[in-house]
Amino acid sequence: MALDFEAATRIPPKMVKIRIRRYNPETKKMWWQEYEVHAHKGMTVLDALLYIKENIDHTLGVRYSCRMGLCGSCGMNINGTPMLACQTQIAQVASGGNPVITLEPLPSFPVVKDLITEFTSFFNKHKSVKPYLIRKDTEEQETPKGHLKMKPQEFIEIFQFSNCIFCGLCYAACPVTAADPEYLGPQALMYTFRYINDVRDEGHEERFAVVDSENGCHRCHFAATCSAVCPKAVDPAGAIQALRSKLFKYRLGFYRKKGSKPLPPPPEKGERKPLPPEAMLVPGANLEQLEKEKVVISLNNK
Amino acid sequence: MGVEVITHDVVIMGSGIAGLRAAVEIKRKYGDKIDLGIISKVQLMRSHSVAAEGGTGAVLYPEEGDSFALHAWDTIKGSDFLADQDAVWNFVKLMPEEILLLDHWGMPWSRREDGRIRQRPFGGHSFPRATMSADKVGHNEMRTLYNKLLQYDKWERYDEWFITNYVVENGIYKGLYAINMKDGKLYLFRSKAAIIATGGVGRLYAFTTYSHTATGDGMAMSFRAGIPIKDPEFVQFHPTGLVPNGILITEGARGEGGILLNNKRERFMARNDCAPHAKELASRDVVSRCIVKEYLEGRAFIDEETKMPYILLDLTHLGEERINERLPSIREISIRYDGIDPAEEPIPVFPAAHYHMGGIHTDIFYKVLDENGNWIKGLFAAGEASAASVHGANRLGSNSTAECLVSGKITGILAAEYAVSSELPEAPEPKRSKEEEDFVYGLLKRESGEPSYSIKHSLEETMMQHFYVYRDPNSMAEGLKKILELRNKFFTNAYVEDKGSIYNTDMIAAMETMNLLDNALIVAKSAMNREESRGAHARVDHPKRDDANWLKHTLAIRNGENDVRFSYWPVTINTWKPVERHY
Repeated sequence: MALDFEAATRIPPKMVKIRIRRYNPETKKMWWQEYEVHAHKGMTVLDALLYIKENIDHTLGVRYSCRMGLCGSCGMNINGTPMLACQTQIAQVASGGNPVITLEPLPSFPVVKDLITEFTSFFNKHKSVKPYLIRKDTEEQETPKGHLKMKPQEFIEIFQFSNCIFCGLCYAACPVTAADPEYLGPQALMYTFRYINDVRDEGHEERFAVVDSENGCHRCHFAATCSAVCPKAVDPAGAIQALRSKLFKYRLGFYRKKGSKPLPPPPEKGERKPLPPEAMLVPGANLEQLEKEKVVISLNNK
Repeated sequence: MGVEVITHDVVIMGSGIAGLRAAVEIKRKYGDKIDLGIISKVQLMRSHSVAAEGGTGAVLYPEEGDSFALHAWDTIKGSDFLADQDAVWNFVKLMPEEILLLDHWGMPWSRREDGRIRQRPFGGHSFPRATMSADKVGHNEMRTLYNKLLQYDKWERYDEWFITNYVVENGIYKGLYAINMKDGKLYLFRSKAAIIATGGVGRLYAFTTYSHTATGDGMAMSFRAGIPIKDPEFVQFHPTGLVPNGILITEGARGEGGILLNNKRERFMARNDCAPHAKELASRDVVSRCIVKEYLEGRAFIDEETKMPYILLDLTHLGEERINERLPSIREISIRYDGIDPAEEPIPVFPAAHYHMGGIHTDIFYKVLDENGNWIKGLFAAGEASAASVHGANRLGSNSTAECLVSGKITGILAAEYAVSSELPEAPEPKRSKEEEDFVYGLLKRESGEPSYSIKHSLEETMMQHFYVYRDPNSMAEGLKKILELRNKFFTNAYVEDKGSIYNTDMIAAMETMNLLDNALIVAKSAMNREESRGAHARVDHPKRDDANWLKHTLAIRNGENDVRFSYWPVTINTWKPVERHY
């Protein structure tokens, strides 16, 4: 959702009606339940849910943690659109004319209890695209000596896609995912692009092989609902389009991967910054030796 | 009957930066030789570490003037000389490799024009060494470690399992009990080694930067297991929690040039009674005290709606472009939660509970110790849950994610080393499992009473009122009385309405509240016990540091149902003499 500059300053209706689609896994019953909550300026949908859980109905199931739009726990359908409860203002989704907010579990995810959904398949798809940096020289990768070269612009090119919080909103909004549970979906495909687009990565061949498949990037219909609902402006639709373009270049043999090598230390610029005069050594302390001594990590080390 | 048993070589409790870093270390060094289990009460990538923003401290540019000695000195001075100096040396020396490893594992570190990793200034550091990923350091470290772990096999994830207690018998770690939220059953996890990486206790306070889930479960269960808690009185209040909800506004905002203003629009940090040299970039304890003093002396603003005090953090002079590049989350958070664009207007902030310097008593290699300094065989603690102690009485900004990485690495290596060379210890005695079941399911038996939530909120308010930045003995005594009343209320009357077994979050919430009540007792008693002011612990009746009597670590140990007894542990001073701090 686009950043609404005024939402947090608007006064919501005094009383809102929160309508929740509930599910009890033990009785297998689904029902709609309504709660009335006093709203105030700055109140988020998560605040309202916590008010209900703590004061009206302790049995309500909802997943949450950071309350600042980073952990990705509290995705749900709010008035029919996948959103994060913690970064949605009541004033954004309810008004005096229509003070009802309808909450449902994220579509395309199996419901576990009330607003809590099952993420295993989503996490497995993420895993399937090898979402980690692949380097040919694995020894250097695990015993690095220098920074891998990356220009500020190259950083910005992956930073946006690194902002993904695994909340599943894109997946819930995707019409293809809804129709075909085997489709990798926008999150995993976006992540494939994030690594292919990373100058430090050398695993594009393996990753192209995963996404150049029946359930891969060709299934995307460019509805772009994923990007419309992304709470972090990651733009999976753009990433999938760019991924497909790179993939076709790769098939034709035109794809050239920019590389990145470890850099030596920067050329010396100046003197070592001295410690302040207040840093007085205890008798017998040898600063040079303390700095040089290697740290030995072992159970035998006393 | 009896609880079901799950067995691994090593079990990690918690999936924040420390827990995931330990897991990666075990897998990259030992591969399939170690069968690993990771237990987390949240889905693995959702831990509170995601909220870290500004940077991770490390010496990356000795050629440009930085040095291990300088990082060590800054950290020790920041700690108000309560840090163990040998632990600090290990920490600073292991850090640069952590930054490079993350870089090689895909971490999007911000870059300089020369293609190298970018760092920025942070409070209390005399060199710009906060390694940055714009202002999403924790988020990106979490993603990088979680993704890296997916590369390996033979580890089992236990997403949304709540650990209730662990068992130590005869100085040996025996196992832990956890509820699988998906079926509501209690399980016993046996392993040769375990790493506690359960984070801090910040939800003790109503105004806090922490996630709702940061309830210090690992510290509370350690306390119940008889393990000493080191230096619990030292709670860090971050100077700039966003008013009214406490969300973190990174110190990086001041590192990039942001300034603090009181209600006279005066830059008070520059005054002689605050920090005339470092100003906004003094250590956090100093800045938070200055802000609270502005309020106590009538120079803060008061929010009309919530009646909360605040001062202003002004970033407007940085310009929109720099804010977007270096502080994008701060801009997003301010707009989303306050409707204020920091490129246009200053933002309202006030000190919020942010970090716990105290934690589970360990040695400098993060081995959990008993009161006499004996290692509890097989048991380690890492990250904020532990106290080694690198941070002493006050942690410098950017040193927490750093310590999570270093302590994760160390505990990963040592837990694996121990596991490959030892046998699985005997299971806890059968009656212990029965006790645990009675305890867990006993909570569900009560048919009426008080929901845990109101007890939790009273506790948060009590801690704010009586154990905040400045601590007054009379007020603390009153606060302790309230804590004891709340404990009594919980144990005699707490009521769980939800009787279901699948995702019974009502029951989990009650257990978290119980953990908070233990943690509150530990923090409160220790704060009352330490009669001096040092780092983040500011006693109005003892405004000076007292090295003659208090240059020592507190060890708080469980003493019956509602009490704590104290023992002390020496501070290692192998390099620099304690001197008075000036910023």
